[in-house]
Amino acid sequence: MDDLSDLKLSRRDLLKTGAAAATAAAIPTVSAAQAPAAAANPAPSSARTVLKVNGQRRELDVDTRTTLLDALREHLKLTGTKKGCDQGQCGACTVIVNGRRINSCLSLAVMHDGDEITTIEGLGTPARLHPMQEAFVKHDGYQCGYCTPGQICSAVSVIEEIRAGIPSHVSADLNVKPLLSAEEIRERMSGNICRCGAYSNILDAITEVAGGKA
Amino acid sequence: MKAFTYERARSPAEAAAAAERHPGSRFIAGGTNLLDLMKLEIETPPHLIDVNGLKLDRIEPSDGGGLRIGALVRNTDLASDARVRRDYAVLSRALLAGASAQLRNKATTSGNLLQRTRCPYFYDTNLPCNKRQPGSGCSAIGGYTRNHAIVGTSEACIATHPSDMAVAMQLLDAGIETVRANGATRVIPIADFYRLPGTTPHIETNLQPGEFITGVVLPRPLGGFHTYRKVRDRSSYAFALVSVAAVVQKDGSGRLALGGVAHRPWRVAAADAALPRGARATVEVLLAGAKTTSENAYKIPLIERSVASVLADAKKG
Repeated sequence: MDDLSDLKLSRRDLLKTGAAAATAAAIPTVSAAQAPAAAANPAPSSARTVLKVNGQRRELDVDTRTTLLDALREHLKLTGTKKGCDQGQCGACTVIVNGRRINSCLSLAVMHDGDEITTIEGLGTPARLHPMQEAFVKHDGYQCGYCTPGQICSAVSVIEEIRAGIPSHVSADLNVKPLLSAEEIRERMSGNICRCGAYSNILDAITEVAGGKA
Repeated sequence: MKAFTYERARSPAEAAAAAERHPGSRFIAGGTNLLDLMKLEIETPPHLIDVNGLKLDRIEPSDGGGLRIGALVRNTDLASDARVRRDYAVLSRALLAGASAQLRNKATTSGNLLQRTRCPYFYDTNLPCNKRQPGSGCSAIGGYTRNHAIVGTSEACIATHPSDMAVAMQLLDAGIETVRANGATRVIPIADFYRLPGTTPHIETNLQPGEFITGVVLPRPLGGFHTYRKVRDRSSYAFALVSVAAVVQKDGSGRLALGGVAHRPWRVAAADAALPRGARATVEVLLAGAKTTSENAYKIPLIERSVASVLADAKKG
């Protein structure tokens, strides 16, 4: 390992090199793919960004590459929002921006200058839970809890989206108001994955808050 | 992610001019596909032009009796628009069949048109891919091909276009409005917008370097029965194995477009003419010359059955 430290490879580069070497052994033509792309990328730069997070004005000076998720977690220390896949597939990073839920991992902080952002910390507090948080506790809508902040931000939005008349893939008629049904809620929550499989309890929690039968 | 310089464009022409000034730059709107590719260093733009501040977020009546959709209209807003739901239901349905609500809230009309293939070999930077690195070879050919294209393929690439929305746009004969750095505007019929892979699979559209999409124009409504049938490995939040967009009239005439089978949304005018003769006759024309592997040959009967099912639904109304 002493030899390796002299090479000044980052852990990421090391992993890449290892993977490339492993692949090269299997597929001789791989060397052509390894030729570096001629991209003249500049030195990293930062930008000033003002976010309104949970009602508070927050000024940031961040590397332009910083995602909204990393800005919230690493710069503002709002670690309620979770990083799962970091590629928009799991929904753990879901936050509400200007009234709409988005994947905060697939958005740059600098693209949100002036935006209003609500995270799980802004929905409720341990002393004063949001009704959706209370329902998740009551119905045991989690096991490990890692996906829960994203699930709750999504769930709050689902009810608002249905009430606003936004249709979904399972809406039978596009021209009538969608129902607050279990089928609609399941479809609309499909962007939030729960590895523990607490789905049926999550559905019960959302159904209760939506005013239906749990 | 590679470092980049960042600017916010103040007008569409300014965005196009900035793109011309910065070779290799990218426009960023929703960012849901581009940022994913940048994290993986499949896309490494040295400069990003943020176009979110441009007022291209309206849907308005067009001169021809159709609709003009601003490039930055979010997928959720397009799918929910009362006029789209009523007159272009196939477009609403296609949008709602794609991605998750979080992604649709962010993804834009023009970004959806320009999203890139989800071919796993395009995503695996350890392997050759002509789309990612021209001339390096295609790892999909001879690899795992269950999700790959069966028509319009080449020796260089068998990737599919991932968009559901674009299939509906192709069906509806949408026009893509653009502006260039010199201020010149044009409308590209969607039939001329996407390219087959040929020997240059890294060039996916006929947009000129720096050319910026300002909107999409839909011709006047077609009437008839609208549907978008998507077949996938799970019932929500998955890309299509195959999809069928259709508008069918009471007399049995109509039009069809397919997703999940080619490098672009797939539509064949002669197949539309065969529609009154049923699914088999139509699909024979649609998929003439198909080149399948043992892993993706299932797509042909799957499409035929999906088309038959769509035609049966249309008959019921």
